[in-house]
Amino acid sequence: MPPEAQGNMMSGAEMIIRALKEQGVDTIFGYPGGAVLPIYDALFKQNHIRHILVRQEGGAVHAAEGYARSTGKPGVVLVTSGPGATNAVTGLVDALMDSIPIICITGQVPTHLIGSDAFQEADTVGITRPATKHNYLVKNVADVGRVMHEAFYVATNGRPGPVVIDMPKDIQVETGPYTGSPKTKHRSYLPQVKGDINAIRQAVELIASAKRPVFYTGGGVINSGPNASQLLREFVRMTGFPITTTLMGLGSYPASDPQWLGMLGMHGTYEANLAMHDCDVMINIGARFDDRITGRLNAFSPDSRKIHVDIDRSSINKNVHVDVAIVGDAGHVLEDMIKVWKAGVHRPDKQALADWWKQIDQWRGKDCLKYEPSTDVIMPQYALQRLHALTRHLKPYITTEVGQHQMWAAQFIGFDEPNHWMTSGGLGTMGYGLPAAVGVQIAHPNALVIDVAGEASTMMNIQEFSTAVQHDAPIKVFILNNEYMGMVRQWQQISYEGRYSHSYSDSLPDFVKLAEAMHGVGLRCTKPDEVDGVIEEMMAIKRPVIVDCQVAKLENCFPMVPSGAAHNEILLNAKDAGLERADDLALV
Amino acid sequence: MRPQLPIERHTMAVLVDNEAGVLARVIGLFSGRGYNIESLTVAEVNHAEGLSRITVVTRGTPPVIEQIKAQLERLIPVHKVSDLTVEGPAVERELALVKVAATGDPRVESLRLADAFRARVLDTTTDSFTFEITGSSEKIDAFVELMKPLGLVDVSRTGVVAIKRGAGAM
Ligand SMILES: Cc1cc2nc3c(=O)[nH]c(=O)nc-3n(C[C@H](O)[C@H](O)[C@H](O)COP(=O)(O)OP(=O)(O)OC[C@H]3O[C@@H](n4cnc5c(N)ncnc54)[C@H](O)[C@@H]3O)c2cc1C
Ligand SMILES: Cc1ncc(C[n+]2csc(CCOP(=O)(O)OP(=O)(O)O)c2C)c(N)n1
Ligand SMILES: [Mg+2]
Repeated sequence: MPPEAQGNMMSGAEMIIRALKEQGVDTIFGYPGGAVLPIYDALFKQNHIRHILVRQEGGAVHAAEGYARSTGKPGVVLVTSGPGATNAVTGLVDALMDSIPIICITGQVPTHLIGSDAFQEADTVGITRPATKHNYLVKNVADVGRVMHEAFYVATNGRPGPVVIDMPKDIQVETGPYTGSPKTKHRSYLPQVKGDINAIRQAVELIASAKRPVFYTGGGVINSGPNASQLLREFVRMTGFPITTTLMGLGSYPASDPQWLGMLGMHGTYEANLAMHDCDVMINIGARFDDRITGRLNAFSPDSRKIHVDIDRSSINKNVHVDVAIVGDAGHVLEDMIKVWKAGVHRPDKQALADWWKQIDQWRGKDCLKYEPSTDVIMPQYALQRLHALTRHLKPYITTEVGQHQMWAAQFIGFDEPNHWMTSGGLGTMGYGLPAAVGVQIAHPNALVIDVAGEASTMMNIQEFSTAVQHDAPIKVFILNNEYMGMVRQWQQISYEGRYSHSYSDSLPDFVKLAEAMHGVGLRCTKPDEVDGVIEEMMAIKRPVIVDCQVAKLENCFPMVPSGAAHNEILLNAKDAGLERADDLALV
Repeated sequence: MRPQLPIERHTMAVLVDNEAGVLARVIGLFSGRGYNIESLTVAEVNHAEGLSRITVVTRGTPPVIEQIKAQLERLIPVHKVSDLTVEGPAVERELALVKVAATGDPRVESLRLADAFRARVLDTTTDSFTFEITGSSEKIDAFVELMKPLGLVDVSRTGVVAIKRGAGAM
């Protein structure tokens, strides 16, 4: 054997570490167990990669998602076989739905025991096949290096997503030649990033001819990287058109810019939804016509011609038929659109656009996010307005749980930069926000990282607060505690005549004491005039904090396009929804 | 209301890496997304490059067919998807083994019909025939239908394989 080949001989576990290093991985999130002990041993013997020990494997995947979304780099997870792998499944599906690049290494029983119902054996590749973008079971030590590199390629190219690598224990121990390099691609998976120039020309022509245009942009712009957000800003300003973004696209266009109409969809703004409904040209960049956006499909933007830019061909014409389809990366396509726009004689119809803006301003005049303020109880919207006002100069990273608080966060916290907003959109996973905040904080140790939470969601992954304490991740869990699964209660109030079946958060812990018991800091506010003080105190503490912000219990989140309704059937307030605020208050 | 879209039958050829789990990915895609599989066949076609070819016959409205193709293409080990139904003329064939247990007149009749269908006798005993028949799925359906009253006891079919007419490859 030639000496250089000998230098390439190592154990499967060492190959994993080497491949991670070559991929520039500095952090992994994991939890040990019998089937990954060789990998943990290899981790022990090196200093390049930091291992963040979580408290449950589900937390590891969400933390890796937060890490990935806030850095643009893939998140890496290491868990054991059987229960370790099955605990990770929710996070994998979450990452699949929200297009987050994740590499998840799972331990597996030794190859000769596969299929024998061995201790902690689970059919991980079978279970995770529909939960991942792709998965591997490695059966030969000589494949380890190549598969690792291929997995990074698959996770990060095209539409990003989670990739599982199932590593039998004997493969981790065996010695073999290291193969592959960060240049390793996949022989059949070669996604198209440049858009077809003819389709782009056609799109630009349609854009220039528009009288009532709207940009509808989504998570794909964030996936494409900060450059795509820059190009989007450039192009939108060039055209002077209004723009709305999905929940997943927040931050790709500055919320403080007058051309931005706010978020659209079920809990989007009145102006964004009506602009979508009445537009004549819709320019979708990196959004997927989710049902929370379209409402009733046959009433969705009935009179518009639609342009759709997406890196995944299967997103095109899936839910909504479009007139001009461009398969490609948002950044590349935007660059070409700007070039074509600049080169041509394309000038929008100024008069029509002015009329359109006049109409939009009229819709804006409704002030659809207004709520009834109170001096006795903390309105959740008020708490978030204060949180935004007091923290915005620090450009905080915000994660959320799932529920009303998530929607209010989307409505009331303005994002001017991409990668600062981490939320579970597609799967809507309660328990995402706390571990995601840990992942974000690990990636940005000096930043202010806040999990805007509900009390019910917080209980789903509270154990990860210990992870934050252990790893000096001074996350802030800002609970809008309404003592209800508020989003569920809201639907029950609107659609089930107020029968609040099992949506009350009974037997809650004392969150302040809980924080203290877990060696963090607990703060509480119960009155509006205490909110500012508590937020300032929270910001000053350089340790993990839980804030129990006790808010109005029965407040509902508006606007709301009820599921199955059209955009112009949007409910603006309790009255529209057939609810009397006064009655609700009597129930408090 | 949108006009009712017609349901179409399409035959697709899918070139894939011949690796563990690839068939499960394809089948899982169809079941997970609620698409129909009317027939599915798979075998390695290029040993040197480790490529298998899957032929799948499916039914759906034109947008669903477009989705199926796009969804297949985004599976990582898929090299190429050809919708043979739209990409010009193609030939489709299926092979079936059909067993008829009979004596006397029905036995003679089954042999006579087999001859008319150009089915070959693969195996004979004094009280049974096993026929091998190749053709379109409809032809095989018709043959099996005719054998039923004559003592049909067993059928095994390969499912459809298909290829473009003319000199071009997929
Ligand atoms: C309680 C609750 C309420 C919700 N209410 C709303 C609501 O009111 N409004 C709302 O907007 N959402 C809402 N959501 C979220 C919603 O369910 C979807 O997750 C979200 O709308 C999808 O966002 P998106 O279309 O931007 O797509 P994403 O899920 O972000 O998908 C991105 C798209 O871009 C494509 N893409 C990826 N990378 C690239 C690239 N490099 N270039 C080009 N394209 C790329 C992908 O193929 C995909 O089609 C809610 C969720 C919850 C849990
Ligand atoms: C894991 C999981 N289970 C159930 C749900 C359904 N669900 C959506 S919102 C919600 C209530 C959330 O309550 P809370 O965290 O207190 O937030 P609030 O709506 O009160 O702000 C529930 C149960 C979910 N999204 N995720
Ligand atoms: Mg709540």
